[in-house]
Amino acid sequence: MSAVVAEHDDHHDHHEHGPAKGLLRWVITTNHKDIGTLYLLFALTMFFVGGAMAMVIRAELFEPGMQFVNPQFFNSMTTMHALVMVFGAVMPAFVGLANWMIPMMIGAPDMALPRMNNMSFWLLVAGVLLLASTLFMEGGAPASGWTLYPPLVLQTGKALPFAIFSVHLLGISSIMGAINIIATIFNMRAPGMTLMKMPMFVWTWLITAFLLIAIMPVFAGAVTMLLTDKFFNTSFFDAAGGGDPVLYQHIFWFFGHPEVYVMILPTFGVASTIIPVFARKPLFGYSSMVYATASIAFLSFIVWAHHMFTVGMPIAGELYFMYATMLIAIPTGVKVFNWTATMWKGSMTFETPMLFSIAFVVLFTMGGFTGLMMSVAPVDFQYHDTYFIVAHFHYTLVPASVFILMAAGYFWLPKWTGHMYDERIGRLHFWLSVVSVNILFFPQHFLGLAGMPRRIPDYAVQFADWNMISSIGGFIFGASQLLFLYIVIDTIKGGTGEKVTDEVWEDAAKHSLEWTLPSPPPYHSFTTPPTVIPTEHI
Amino acid sequence: MKEGVTQKNTKLVRILVFVVLGMFGFGYALVPLYDVLCEVTGLNGKVESSAIKEVSYEIDKNREVTVEFMTALNEATPMVFRSEIKKLKVHPGEYYTVNFYAENKTDKVMIARAIPSISPGAVAEFFKKTECFCFSEQTFKAREGRTMPVRFVVNPELPEKYKTITLAYTFFDNTETSVK
Repeated sequence: MSAVVAEHDDHHDHHEHGPAKGLLRWVITTNHKDIGTLYLLFALTMFFVGGAMAMVIRAELFEPGMQFVNPQFFNSMTTMHALVMVFGAVMPAFVGLANWMIPMMIGAPDMALPRMNNMSFWLLVAGVLLLASTLFMEGGAPASGWTLYPPLVLQTGKALPFAIFSVHLLGISSIMGAINIIATIFNMRAPGMTLMKMPMFVWTWLITAFLLIAIMPVFAGAVTMLLTDKFFNTSFFDAAGGGDPVLYQHIFWFFGHPEVYVMILPTFGVASTIIPVFARKPLFGYSSMVYATASIAFLSFIVWAHHMFTVGMPIAGELYFMYATMLIAIPTGVKVFNWTATMWKGSMTFETPMLFSIAFVVLFTMGGFTGLMMSVAPVDFQYHDTYFIVAHFHYTLVPASVFILMAAGYFWLPKWTGHMYDERIGRLHFWLSVVSVNILFFPQHFLGLAGMPRRIPDYAVQFADWNMISSIGGFIFGASQLLFLYIVIDTIKGGTGEKVTDEVWEDAAKHSLEWTLPSPPPYHSFTTPPTVIPTEHI
Repeated sequence: MKEGVTQKNTKLVRILVFVVLGMFGFGYALVPLYDVLCEVTGLNGKVESSAIKEVSYEIDKNREVTVEFMTALNEATPMVFRSEIKKLKVHPGEYYTVNFYAENKTDKVMIARAIPSISPGAVAEFFKKTECFCFSEQTFKAREGRTMPVRFVVNPELPEKYKTITLAYTFFDNTETSVK
């Protein structure tokens, strides 16, 4: 890193060029790479915290009957597992990737608003700590499910206002992150980097950032209404005062459906970045990928009530939301076919990032198909609130978003650290993960179809076998992720000792700008904008 | 060049913050919008919350619709609440009165509110009430029990496919929160 300073022009040498000394560097940093690292490490930590909660759930469900925890705590675990994984792990991990990669991909020296960047990270930490503190409060952590439906959520003990303020903090953090990303992409691109030359990862994040600023304020409003209903005698959702609990569901899912795409669109972006590199071909249908992403984002705003087919909607509403939801399969199908076509007749090699990406394409498609099944309103009445929906969204989140985050880790770790990870352990991690994730979640389809409800700590004995298999898969999957932790630490410390090139992967520099920088990149990169814009990805 | 980017950033952030505030407001705007939508379309079984004037309809003697009456108490509301009859066969266009009985089981004054719901939801706009204890909060003295009438008519324009209407009331104890 010390060599970096010398590379720079001396005419603004009154500026600090290297990182500050000591631990305080991480608190006060405004450098996009530092903040990206903070986000990624925080997300990885939360992945294990949320994962530990999932282990509690699977242990309790290993056999019928009550084993380890009481029902209240079990329900807290399902609720907190979801909130921690969504707001603490997956979203921050993608924000971390955005911080690290977007400036380097568009040839910018840093994010547009570096100080706000620092603030949004530390607000995230504050929000998650506040959320975690509810576990130790009288009455326990929220146990109503992550959707926080009233009137149930209003029965939360002392934790309710803390959980709500935590959502506010997380929301403000995401909004600031999103504004920063939009400003960076709009105003900081290198000359010649037109919108339609941007890497797909940048495109998907631009669209995701717009989703975030549109929906997080609505969610903040919804939980504020819960707060005033509970403590200030308003009656937004309280039937006794003329309110309606179903209204909450409408507002929540107006946020909630785009929210799940906030977690999947950057996933698409990373997959579209990795697959062409290892297929040694340009991305098939670049512009159709851009339009498909935008279409999915638009559709996400007009399909929310498919989460609530069973509330007693009139038939016209059911039909509208059913057909609108089915429409999403079209742009999503475009993407899946494009990835497949990118691999078609490519000179493929199967390094760990590519293995995870291929597994993503296959397993995400399965999760997509179960989504299509549930979009059919009349059959949704059978699947609603069963393990079938649990299987569905875990297929779209774990072997999709989480696998792609793993792929991104393997793909960019050599660039970030300058060290190569151990490919053998990486592949072992992949194969253990891909097998166990299916043992974990596939049986849950059968459980759901057979009628096992979600969010219950005990169940009828006919569900015993598949639950035990699912739990065994869960334990293997959980344990396998420790390999990833080992690889990350090992790679940061020096990895295989092999010297990595600037490109790391063969011809990667033809696809995206970050591979033209040294590995690891200097603390300040692209202080003068690059002159050649790679176009291989288009 | 550098100055230009800073100004562009400031301008863009200003616009985006405005969008964020707008969307926060939109979240709240969804509340009246939702009510308006329910009112216009009669969805969700939302029922008129005030009495209508008694107008006479042409009574359809050839047609019978079953009206069921359901009573419920919210959580642990300390009351007795029942309807005198469980169901009634009615002719559309004719007015009927059904009595409900509610009793305060506590030794204190209680302010309670009954919230109506009609299913199927689409029927709500055809079910008219000229008198109902649900139109306002009810004050019960300690241990007081009271018989309260509901007078209603089913609009003869009710589509033929509806044979059964369920009218459900839930009593909520509002003593703590009432603004009275």
